[in-house]
Amino acid sequence: MNIIETVRLHKRYKDLTAVEDVTLEVREREIFGFLGPNGAGKSTTIRMLATLTRPTSGTARIDGHDIVRQPNRVRQSIGLVFQETTLDERLTAAENLLFHGMLYNVERRALSRRMAEVLELVDLTDRREARVKTYSGGMKRRLEIARGLIHYPRVLFLDEPTVGLDPQTRNRIWTFIHELRIRENLTIFMTTHYMDEAEHCDRIAIIDHGRIVALDTPANLKKMVGRDLITLRTPFRKEVMLFVEDKFGLPVQETGEYLQIEVSGAESFIPVLAGELGGRLHSISLHKPTLDDVFLKLTGRGIREETADAWSVYRTHMRWRR
Amino acid sequence: MTVALKAVYTIWLRDVIRFYREKTRIVGMLGQPLLYLLIIGTGLSYSFRMPWAQGELSYLEFMYPGIIGMSVLFTSVFSAVSIVWDREFGFLREVLVAPVPRWSVAIGKALGGSTIAMLQASILILVAPFIGVKLGPAMVLKLLGMLFLIAFSLTSLGITVASRMETMEGFQMIMNFLVMPLFFLSGAMFPLRSVPPWMETLMRADPLTYGVDALRHIMYAGTPARELAVQFPLATDLAVVSGMSLIFITAGTLAFNKTE
Repeated sequence: MNIIETVRLHKRYKDLTAVEDVTLEVREREIFGFLGPNGAGKSTTIRMLATLTRPTSGTARIDGHDIVRQPNRVRQSIGLVFQETTLDERLTAAENLLFHGMLYNVERRALSRRMAEVLELVDLTDRREARVKTYSGGMKRRLEIARGLIHYPRVLFLDEPTVGLDPQTRNRIWTFIHELRIRENLTIFMTTHYMDEAEHCDRIAIIDHGRIVALDTPANLKKMVGRDLITLRTPFRKEVMLFVEDKFGLPVQETGEYLQIEVSGAESFIPVLAGELGGRLHSISLHKPTLDDVFLKLTGRGIREETADAWSVYRTHMRWRR
Repeated sequence: MTVALKAVYTIWLRDVIRFYREKTRIVGMLGQPLLYLLIIGTGLSYSFRMPWAQGELSYLEFMYPGIIGMSVLFTSVFSAVSIVWDREFGFLREVLVAPVPRWSVAIGKALGGSTIAMLQASILILVAPFIGVKLGPAMVLKLLGMLFLIAFSLTSLGITVASRMETMEGFQMIMNFLVMPLFFLSGAMFPLRSVPPWMETLMRADPLTYGVDALRHIMYAGTPARELAVQFPLATDLAVVSGMSLIFITAGTLAFNKTE
């Protein structure tokens, strides 16, 4: 079943088309990734789906509710975690959760049970009564995710959930996200511009200049750019080359002192190859195509070739002044 | 509807909890009116004769309700202006994505600001015996009611202004061109009767003038000082302050609805 369906979603600002013709479906319990550089239209799309911005044309349904005609229904069935924290730092974790629950009209007794549950889920139970300003960046993000879950949403929107966090914390957040899907029966719609993170998604839409340029599983997307590349180092280059071409019918390329073989399913091919060639090989290395390669192929440039946009610089600046 | 009321309550509660947490803010907001009362009040009472008072009313007694009005003004506008921060960096963004109507946010905020302003003003009421003002329990209740009404109209005014503000940079402007004139023109420190006509017109346009006037009505009820201290009938004061509350909260709600 599709929990999100968008139909030709457009968003035009005065002289800028931010989102163009976005049509996609997200299945229930899917982790759906929205991948693209800053300014590609990721946030605008999320804002439209979350009913914060009206689409210029087109519409979408979330859990059966129309984002234009039933915004409050949509809001009740989604959880939102923004890029910038929206926690009240002067309140405790429990108070932040409580107020959220009250705003989403969660019944009082159910609410305290739910608060304990989500805090447990993100491993913050022992910090329940601490003011949020004493939290680390990773803890804040976890608390925000917990808060987004208080009202039993069907879909959780995460806008760059791990941006600005150290690798260890990022891994931890990902563990939570995977757990959530199982325990909360949740669909997750997230944006990211970290390629390695996109690998966690079941399916990915790559968006560039407001348009979806590709939509598939990470594995299928990577198949678009080519097969796995095995690089061999051996003193017997001519011999090995002939052998591989003969035995496996695979073309081999000689580059300097290396031999390169393009093959699909390299993991199972390498043991066979090593068994056949034995001591004649000094080393074998494997490069699997990455989403970076996919992005490069689709858009003609790497995804990280952009700097922080002016707005986020400004925000950071203002934050410091607080 | 219950959802909206719950939202109003939530936003109110959050403001009150935050106020209670910030002890320094309480001290600062109380310190200022006390300083005004102590230094300006005492200083001016020695050189400001008030010939019209005929010895029935001291300057300090005249100014005291005005200073309470000032405290309400400052606190109300400050708590309303805090929504600019909230919108940019936190809680308000959370509220604006919740399935609650926008007007409940504006009203919750107005009630929160009013409650805080009223709490602070009620602490100032405790100073009354030192000024030489005698207050009975009924009077205190009337005062609190009046203070709430004044605070509500001023917080709503603040919300109307703040909802149009993009950044805190405009804050100084608000101080200089809204808050201070409202205070100076309110008749808190000098009465309407002794000023030139152009200024009297401005003072009559200041909603706080009627608020302060009402406070004087209540505080000096039944004493000869009352007729000297007040400028308008109590009914006029009440009508103007209530009318202002209604107008400003409507404007504030509408302005709030427009943001994004």
